[in-house]
Order: sequence, then structure tokens, then C-alpha cells
Amino acid sequence: MLSTIIRRLVHMVFVLFGITVLVFLIFFATPGANPAARIAGRGASPATLARVSAEFGLNKPLPVQYALMMKRLFVTGNLTSFVNLGEKVVPQVLHAAPVTLSLVAGAAVIWIAFSVLIGLLAAAFRNTVIDRLLMILTLIGISMPVFWVAEMANLISQGALHRTALFSWVPPLGYIPLSQSPLGWFKALIIPWFTLAILYIGLYARVLRASLIESLQEDYIRTARAKGLSERQVLTRHALRTSLISFVTLFGLDFGVLVGGGALLTEVVFGLQGVGYLTYQALETLDLPMIMATVIYASVFVVLSNAAVDILYALVDPRVRDR
Amino acid sequence: MSAVAEKLAEPLPPPAAGYWATALRKLRRDRAAMAALVVLAVITLLCALAPFYARDVAHADPFQSNLSGTTIVHGRRVEVLAPADNPLHLGIEPIGPTWRFGPYMLGADQQGRDVAARLLYGGRNSLLIAFASAAICLILAALTGLAAGFFGGWTDRIISAVLDVIWAFPVFLLAISLSVVLIAHGVRIGPLLIDASSLSLPILIVGVIYVPYVARPVRGRVIQLRESEFVLASVGLGVPPWRILLIDILPNVVSTLVVFAPLIVALNMLTESALSFLSIGVQPPHASWGTIIGNGEALIYTRPMVAIAPGIAIVLTVLALNILGDGLRDALDPRAKLRN
Repeated sequence: MLSTIIRRLVHMVFVLFGITVLVFLIFFATPGANPAARIAGRGASPATLARVSAEFGLNKPLPVQYALMMKRLFVTGNLTSFVNLGEKVVPQVLHAAPVTLSLVAGAAVIWIAFSVLIGLLAAAFRNTVIDRLLMILTLIGISMPVFWVAEMANLISQGALHRTALFSWVPPLGYIPLSQSPLGWFKALIIPWFTLAILYIGLYARVLRASLIESLQEDYIRTARAKGLSERQVLTRHALRTSLISFVTLFGLDFGVLVGGGALLTEVVFGLQGVGYLTYQALETLDLPMIMATVIYASVFVVLSNAAVDILYALVDPRVRDR
Repeated sequence: MSAVAEKLAEPLPPPAAGYWATALRKLRRDRAAMAALVVLAVITLLCALAPFYARDVAHADPFQSNLSGTTIVHGRRVEVLAPADNPLHLGIEPIGPTWRFGPYMLGADQQGRDVAARLLYGGRNSLLIAFASAAICLILAALTGLAAGFFGGWTDRIISAVLDVIWAFPVFLLAISLSVVLIAHGVRIGPLLIDASSLSLPILIVGVIYVPYVARPVRGRVIQLRESEFVLASVGLGVPPWRILLIDILPNVVSTLVVFAPLIVALNMLTESALSFLSIGVQPPHASWGTIIGNGEALIYTRPMVAIAPGIAIVLTVLALNILGDGLRDALDPRAKLRN
């Protein structure tokens, strides 16, 4: 038990180290332009370049540069942008986090509810027209680029139909803090929530259906049927429970990735100033310290949440615990 | 005649169909997969015909801005970029769709370029990048997965560790990091110089990021095969390892790769379009469906067709690829799962 958790934590530390090294190498050691020019942004003066070199220790060996970078990101938190002079990177990320959390948490509620519903329906009506139809719908859901869906949602809710009663309640694009107006928060986010959720509804419903149908072959399901339970009870009480295991793992992964900035495209098209939006703004100005910071924070968050899910698992599932 | 002789006189039953022949037969019976194949073929053909469309139908160069041009709609000569229809005449309004098979069938973009012609040219790049990067991904994944699974030991440990790190990296952020560094300045490796606007950059970037998605299942399959009786038999007969790898293991891994191929192409197309939408994928003067959607964002309320059309093209292509992938999986390897 304890050894499983320790092993998992060691693995986590290794992956964290690997990811930060990988990001560092991408930004500082890719062949091409010199890293000082990259960090300073377009058309920087020689004086700025010299300052960048000094500040990031670019004349020192790579391992030292790496250590300096990590210190600035995680210990002192004083990484500054050179494109927007003097802008501190870390507080900006912290400021943007609630927007992203609101977006992803709401979408997650929607995608779990809908995918469980669709997965159960498809499994209950397996190999009928209903199943076929639901599966085509989920396949369409996972085939649509999210930024395009978002643009279409804007076109419908902010365009010509905005004057009709159907969409007149939709506020202009942007985020409204929950503390300022709970109703406004909800109205501003409901369309982004659904937009972001579509892909995951499709993915999760398909995974759940497959796993439900697989578990329906198991002996304990035959026992449940033999006891005289109704098909609905068999499906929701017995089959669903075991199928939720793979579901929860997936959820841990995807939730982490989205909070870490995977919701970037949705944030950009809906003008929600979250963590992904910060990355996007930094992309526009090629503000590398900013991009690097958001990328590293995101991956750290993803790795931590994965480890948390795995450890929770070990606590819950004896098969994992005693391995 | 004895019973044995009678049995011998009977015509032999036809030889059992091979694995691939059976799979092909199953796939042919799968109407959805066949329809998807037809859709893909039609889309590819249309995109291949882009130069003819631009020359003979649109009569325009889809990469040349046409700021002061005119065209004839319903017998009247109109400007391609008219002043916007607001009280101050601020800004411009490109011509809308004419819905006729001719110039500006789907309208023009901000620079007066024919959207329909750009759609076909963009499709060429989208398809090229999606397929080429899928080929890179599958080859790299096959090599790493085979090496890790077959040799085991330290080879496996090192490869698996690297794959684990890439795996834990949010895929989209990895793509963004690589793109922003490479596309801003181009790449210079020794004598090899890749220009920043070259299509090979998005191909390479998209090709690399999904390698762990495929390599991990391949590795698992190889480990499973290595323990199987027919491989043990080969080992016992003293067959050299490279022969076992090529003759016993590789053919069994190919089916896994074939099942993943369309799904990876679909995933790559979505990734490329997202990167291009963020202007860190395909660089001008090239276009792809993603860049056209990006261009259409500014026109979304006045000329929505600029963004709608390439989006529909992506959805159709990716949907067809996913349906084909489902069909292949059912025919070849019903238990195969991507991202495992």
C-alpha cells in the first residue's frame, strides 16, 4: 500500500523533472536563433539582449541556466516579461486561474452528466437504431474543431439571432466574476461550457458504452440477472459501477489538461481571459517567458493531478493497491 | 470403395481465407466505412483539382490580394471589396457568396481573395500535413514500440521513460511550444535550413506529438507476442532475433498500426487546424482550413461563409476518417484502443 504510493510519487517527481527539462530544452536549446533574441522579442536593442543574457545566465552552461530558470519560476516567482516590460509573469497566471477553473468545472459537470446518460442509453439499446444514432452523434461531436464550434456558437448567439428572444439574454463576450454576479457568471459561461463539453461528451459516451457492453458479459452480471433484477437495475447498479473506473481515470487526465490550458481555444474565441488566453496573448507577441511559464505550470498541474488520481485509486481499489 | 478413399475423392474445401482477406471482406460489407472512403476520395480529388478550379472557374489567383477588383454578379459589375454598409462607411465588406458555379461562389475574404478557391488549396495542405505527419507518427511509434517491447531491459526503460514524459505533457501545449520556437525563426541544423514558412515544420511538429499514443499500445502488443507460443517455438528452434522480429512480430503489429492510422490522421488534422487557427501552424502565403477559419473570425457576423465552409470541410473529413477507423477496428482488431 505505502510502497505503491511511494513508487507513484517517485515516478511523479521523475516526470516533473523530465517535463521541465523538455520545456527548457525546447525554449533554450533548439537549433535556430539565439535564445536571447527569442526571449527579448522582435527587434530588441543590443542593450536589451545583453540584459536578457545576464538575467537568464545565458553565457553559463545549460544545467546552470536550467536551475536558474526553475528558481525564478518556483522559488522567487520573479520571472518578468521582456515584451511587456516589467510585467511579472507569476501573478498574471494566478489572476487568470479562476476564469479557467470556472470554465472547465462547469464544462466537466455537463460532459459527465451527458456522457453517462448517452453511454447508458446506447448500452441499453445496443445494436438498435437508437444506439446507432447516438454513436453517430458522438462521432460528429469528436470530429468538430472546438474553435470552429465556438465561432459558430458566437455567430448564432451574438449575430442576427441576438435580437430575437431566443438569444437576447446572452451577454457580450467575456468573463463575469462569480463574486460580482452569479447569474451573469452563469449566463456568460453557459455557451462556452457546452462548446467545451461537446468533444468530451462524445469521447466519454463512447468509452462508457464500450466498457458497459464489455462488463455485461461478466459472471456477476449473470448472477444479478439470475437474481431477477430488472435490466435497468443491472445496468445502473452493477455494470455502471465497474465501468466508472476507466471513466474516472480518463476524467483525471482530461480535467488536469484542461485546467492547465487545454481550454485555450475555447477561451480565445469566447474572450475569456483565463490561463489559455494568457498563452495566446503571449503567442501573438512571441513573449517566450510568458509562454514558458504557462506551459510549465500547466504541465506541473497535469502531472500532480494525475498522481493524485492514481493515489486515490490505490486507496479505493484493492487490485491496484496490492500490486 | 473404402470410406477413406471416398473421403479422398471429395473435392478439397477451399483454403481458409487469410487474416487480411477476411478483414478486407468484413470491411467491404461495412457500408458506413465504404461511404466514408468514398467521401474521403471525393474530398481529396476536389482538392487535387484546386489549380483548375482557380484558373477556369474562379478566374483568380487565391494567393494574390484583390483589393480594387470588380466582378459581375447577376449581370451587374460590383466591387469585390465594397465600403462597409454602416452610416460612416468605416471598414470594408468583401463580396458575399454568389452561390453560382463561377467567381466568388463562396464570396471573398478581407483581401478580396476567392474563398472557394482558397478552400480547395487549403484542403491540399490540410490533407498533406495530416497524412504526412501521421506517417511520421506511425513509423516513429512502430520503431520505438518494437524496440522497447522486443529488447526489454534498459532499452525499454529509457524509451518508456521518454514516452512517459511526453505522455504527461499536455499534447496541445507541447505543440504550441514547439511551434512558437520553430516557426518564429525557422530551424538551422548544421547545413540543413528549414524556412519558417515551410510546410515541413507543422508536419514534423504534429508528427511527433502523438507518438506515445501509438507507441505504448504497440509496445504492449509486442510484449504480449514475445510471450506467445509461436514466438517461443521460434526461439526454441534457434531462429535469430531479427528474423523473429521481422517474420513473427512485425506482421502482427502492422494490424494495430493500420487500425490507428485513420484515427491519427484525424487527430493530426484537428491539431494542425488548431495550430493554424492560432497562426502558429501553416504560415502565409500558404493556407490550410485552419488558417481560413482564422481569417474568417473577423468577418464572422458579416460574411460567415468564410469560416463556415472550411469548418464543414474539416468536420466531413475528420468524421469520415473516424468512421473508417471504427470500421477498420471492427474488421481487424476489435480490442485496439488508442491512448492506452
